[in-house]
Amino acid sequence: MKSMQSETDYVLKTVEERGIQFIQLWFTDVLGTSKAFNITPAELENALEEGMTFDGSAVDGFSRIHEADVLARPDASTFQLLPLHEDGQSVARVFCDIVNLDGTEFEGCPRVALRRVLRSAHDLGFTFFAAPELEYFYFENLDPALPLRLLDTGSYFDLAIGDLPTELRRRSVLTLEEMGIPVEHAQHEDAPSQHEIDLRYTDALTMADSVMTTRLVVKEIARRAGASASFMPKPIAGVQGSGMHTHLSLWRDGKNAFVDESAPDGLSSVAKSFIAGLLTHAAEITAVTNQWINSYKRLVPGHEAPVNISWGRNNSSALVRVPLIKQGKIDSTRLEYRSPDPAANPYLAFAVILAAGMAGIERGYELPAEANVDLYSLPEADIRAMGITPLPSNLNDAVDAMEASDLVRTTLGEHLFEWFIRNKRAEWSAYKAEVTAFELERYLPRL
Amino acid sequence: MDPFVCFPSATPAEILLAITETGHPYACVASAAEAEATEMERSEFGWSGAVVVGTENLTEALAVCRSLRKRESPVSPLLLVLNAEQLDQLSLREDLFDDFVLTPLRVPELTTRITTLLVRQGRGSDEEVLECGPLQINLTTYQAAVSGKVLDLTYMEYELLRFLASHPTKVFTRETLLSRVWGYEYYGGARTVDVHIRRLRAKLGESHAQLIQTVRSVGYRFGTQGWTPK
Repeated sequence: MKSMQSETDYVLKTVEERGIQFIQLWFTDVLGTSKAFNITPAELENALEEGMTFDGSAVDGFSRIHEADVLARPDASTFQLLPLHEDGQSVARVFCDIVNLDGTEFEGCPRVALRRVLRSAHDLGFTFFAAPELEYFYFENLDPALPLRLLDTGSYFDLAIGDLPTELRRRSVLTLEEMGIPVEHAQHEDAPSQHEIDLRYTDALTMADSVMTTRLVVKEIARRAGASASFMPKPIAGVQGSGMHTHLSLWRDGKNAFVDESAPDGLSSVAKSFIAGLLTHAAEITAVTNQWINSYKRLVPGHEAPVNISWGRNNSSALVRVPLIKQGKIDSTRLEYRSPDPAANPYLAFAVILAAGMAGIERGYELPAEANVDLYSLPEADIRAMGITPLPSNLNDAVDAMEASDLVRTTLGEHLFEWFIRNKRAEWSAYKAEVTAFELERYLPRL
Repeated sequence: MDPFVCFPSATPAEILLAITETGHPYACVASAAEAEATEMERSEFGWSGAVVVGTENLTEALAVCRSLRKRESPVSPLLLVLNAEQLDQLSLREDLFDDFVLTPLRVPELTTRITTLLVRQGRGSDEEVLECGPLQINLTTYQAAVSGKVLDLTYMEYELLRFLASHPTKVFTRETLLSRVWGYEYYGGARTVDVHIRRLRAKLGESHAQLIQTVRSVGYRFGTQGWTPK
């Protein structure tokens, strides 16, 4: 890479040339909520060199008892003008790594955690690429006090011209492309008012940044049109929820490491061990890939979401799917991990997914037999008889599995690991104490 | 770029530094005659400008100014350097220089004055602009525009586009692009190139994405339909 200095110079020059008035420093808390503060161009040079100090105790998961102050250090390679500014102001954003005042990595920073996993894969010669498909719903508003109103009644691939959600999706895609986030594909999804944007593969760190940007762009563009968008995993019972199926590939020496042209199925031993790693550790990483109470309302049978820890070729009921590739396109060989939802923290989700797969490679896990039947159609007893275990069915079970996992503990580091578990336990306790509409409807008249 | 001519031969270092900062070379002369005699061998199109120091001998300095100005193609811009006490000697000689600077010399002031003079003459253009079809890249300001619309590129996107556009129609392999643009075996490997090309195309927009063409099983090339190399 060119020197850091020329990258910094480029950013400073661009700020000057384009008359940028504010630079937003972006980072995420542990749960993947976007955080930002604004600085003026005058402060930028200093920020790029030394970082900006802020009080970390104000951010979920950053607080530590003795040292509250941390530094946001902008990653100049992520500097990008925001095409979103409304009032004629020129605004740019740059993603930050959070570091301690002494310059060491801050353990609470999700971006830093992902970097660490990517580095260890890189030490073995691997580069990790990810391509998520983000599903979400458009609503008239997001006020929980009002009834949910959808913006359309369409379904899969409906070609609708001139309707608002399609227009909003189109504007979102154009905005993303303008920001250098290539979109592979965008479509109406299965449920009414549900849409999908598939991002084109890139390295996992850039992709996690892109997921954060995409969520913001989609919501902001809806908001401007007086509508709303939500990435909540299961906003409406009885229809498909919103997932973030993520396509994964590993590259080594410029070649797709999942490919073995001499193997009858085209999959290398690296690919097979990687799948085995994902399956072995799937239950442990689910609390991270599906981090909300509501995430588990999506992971139920019958709505194209995985429920069982299995793999299969082009089997959409499997947790890990090996998509069929077009003839001759061996470079597009990849795995699809189907449990994550778009409300996950993408940094942490990609980190644990990669760590699970890499554990499979490093420890030489055996790949279990492929599930080549539609698991949704089989009785549970038959599925268990095939040796297939279920994914955690609620947040509490998922956190139990995570707490027992050395893999997740090492991958996230003590600080993130413990904070995450504490936070999720608290969420579960609050939920457990709730009396839901389901209970009232069902029990109040009867009991 | 052609040099600035400086008088006298022992021109103060501050001046030479300031000229260098504007991106120009310089040549010091001991007399108007030397400036005249060596101009064609030391420059391509003539002196870019002149800085004449009059603190030692203002009369001689003004003679040099006159010789540089009163000729078929006058040397311009011409910056005169003098002491505050010499100011009253400038009256009625205002046509001999474009601006003046008083001692003590400060490099930033000199640089700014020279740059301002160049800009006023429409020569702020030590700006180099690379043009390929609808694409323009200003190499001085790091800005790229397509059909007049400025593109918001990241540093690596800019470097990649600049490299491709500097060698239109030439095909580059991913490995070559990686080593020439990124500098060495970059983190992401050759696949990084594909990813950045796709990002660049996204930013170029649908109607210009084809400025960067994929050459099957080889790599990429920059080119537009109907564009012919000079």
